[in-house]
Amino acid sequence: MNQSTHDPIDGTGQDGARLHISGLFVGFVSGLPQLLIPVFAAVFGVRKSDNPALIPLIIAAVLILSLFFRWLIWLRFRYHVGADDIRVEKGILNRTARSIPYERIQDVSIEQKPLARMMGLSEVKFETGGGDGDDATLRFVTLEEANRLRELIRARKAGVAVAQDVAPMVEAEDAETIFAMDGQRVFILGLYSFSLIIFAVLGGLAQQFDFLLPFDYWDLKRWAGLAVESGVSVNTLNGVGILGQLILAFGAFSSLIFIGLASGVVRTYLREHGFRLTQTSKGFRRQRGLLTLTDVVMPTHRVQAAVVQTGPIRKRRGWHSLKFVSLAQDSKEESNYVAAPLATLDEVWRIAAAAGIDAPDGDERLRNGAALHWIIQLLLLVPPLLVAMAALMLFADTPFATTLLLLLLLVLAALLLWCDWRRYRFGLDDQQLYLRRGWWQQQFTLAPQLKVQSIEIAQGPFARRFGLASLRFGIAGGTLEMVALPLSTARAIRTVVMEKVADVDYSAINQSR
Amino acid sequence: MTDDAPPELTPLDPAFITTSRIATALGLLPFVVGAGVLEFAKLLPPGTFLVPVLLAYAFVAYTVPARKYRHWGYDMGTDRLRVVRGYMFYSDTIVPFGRIQHIDVDQGPIDRRYGLAKLTVHTAGNHNSTVTLPGLAHADALAMRETIRAAIRQDML
Repeated sequence: MNQSTHDPIDGTGQDGARLHISGLFVGFVSGLPQLLIPVFAAVFGVRKSDNPALIPLIIAAVLILSLFFRWLIWLRFRYHVGADDIRVEKGILNRTARSIPYERIQDVSIEQKPLARMMGLSEVKFETGGGDGDDATLRFVTLEEANRLRELIRARKAGVAVAQDVAPMVEAEDAETIFAMDGQRVFILGLYSFSLIIFAVLGGLAQQFDFLLPFDYWDLKRWAGLAVESGVSVNTLNGVGILGQLILAFGAFSSLIFIGLASGVVRTYLREHGFRLTQTSKGFRRQRGLLTLTDVVMPTHRVQAAVVQTGPIRKRRGWHSLKFVSLAQDSKEESNYVAAPLATLDEVWRIAAAAGIDAPDGDERLRNGAALHWIIQLLLLVPPLLVAMAALMLFADTPFATTLLLLLLLVLAALLLWCDWRRYRFGLDDQQLYLRRGWWQQQFTLAPQLKVQSIEIAQGPFARRFGLASLRFGIAGGTLEMVALPLSTARAIRTVVMEKVADVDYSAINQSR
Repeated sequence: MTDDAPPELTPLDPAFITTSRIATALGLLPFVVGAGVLEFAKLLPPGTFLVPVLLAYAFVAYTVPARKYRHWGYDMGTDRLRVVRGYMFYSDTIVPFGRIQHIDVDQGPIDRRYGLAKLTVHTAGNHNSTVTLPGLAHADALAMRETIRAAIRQDML
């Protein structure tokens, strides 16, 4: 088997080490449940062949096949502990060689599941916080080897100060509250969180359990019948006159509004009650909740960008919300960390400053997008509209004048696009990138340039024709996309930002703050 | 930087045209087979299915890869990797070495036959976090990986 060093796609000339062969057995046994389905399928397939001897044969074949493939994978898997990186080579047909520099390894975790433990084996994971969930896993090596690897990597990294993300459950003594919401503010937030979701929930429940209901709730006649039984009929409704009908409609409408507001308030109370954001030496700590208390800590250096949001109504009262875009690593379900659900701008900038993000120093740095970008979008709508008009005239015999009504859609789109253009701003200063978007839900994103991971200039076929480009900044946990820039501006911005970014290593900035 | 296709870009290995022709040809084969079957069923006058499908097939599998190749390019700077691709949908990405988390060199069966490899660099986060550069000579891909790795190492010192 030593001949299997053929085609090492790694040019290092070193073979590297194989995983422990007993791991094959552990993987095989723990993979058995997954084989149940193919085994059942196979058994089901031959069930009619009147040959019961076939069944154990099939089962054996499935097992052997699985073992064989595991062996192949094992055979083609090698890891190599180099001078400055860990290399993993794998794949039966598609060969992948992955290199993980020691500097990027955040942590080495060793896991022993019961079966592996009995065999003295363990699973080693190198965590880098990179894009892929599993960066590199050695499944399985002996426990000694695992410990050796861990020691080795710790030793290699010893020259480099490492910010360990320690378990955040420690009660911080130096905590300083930087934002809190009292009952009144939670109530106001509740009013803004107007929602009619309760109807959707009820509807869903009714659909789910409609077999329990004594009638079909979609049956309008039934409801009308119910109304008649209690003395209301179409005639009585007609009898109250136009004013009465208006009053009734108004009553129905306002009760709808009331229910919406009430459910918003209740939901908000459940989630945001006692909202408190404190800053500790380890980072931000947020506590909130009425029934389910949550307590989330986020290290300050994890903050990649800040998003300030507001709506058309709450903006009049000066209310904004603040979210942090973070390295979506430990909180899979919530990559955006809500730092303040409802706050004045002063409060927002104070919290942002605590995360190392500065308030913009005036709108003069922000620039408009090229209107051409929105005009192109509008013009792109014209051909489908013309097709629709033609189709209506040809197939539905609609008179030409009527189809012209479709052009109203174009007017509507123009209005929306105009609003969008008017609100849109982009800009940058020495430290940060700024992006403002949205005329209804207004969003203002601020990102430190140092946290930018990659920069892409993109051009669609039309934008290219007119020399426009989009500038996409890759940020861990999100993207920031500036649109409608002249190509030369995009290039200039990229050059400026890149100068700043390329100088500082990512591991370095993640540890320093 | 000039406005059109900056000259400092390194082109991919020309064998990339061949490998991507083979890959496209294999990938689109089912359509040709499908057209052949329809043709065989004699639903419409002879050639209605097969001729246009074959023409399109030849175009996509033969002409397009060559064009794609012309619009790919990369540049290894001292501290950054730049990848340019696409004509209709043009994209020009720069990743500083200092942001790269780990590096993959992949070789599929076709690639291996022609001594090519694909270099993928990963940055932190989930969105837009990989930048891929196919069609490199295998030795080049390995050399680029070493360069990037060495750069990361140096950044830290």
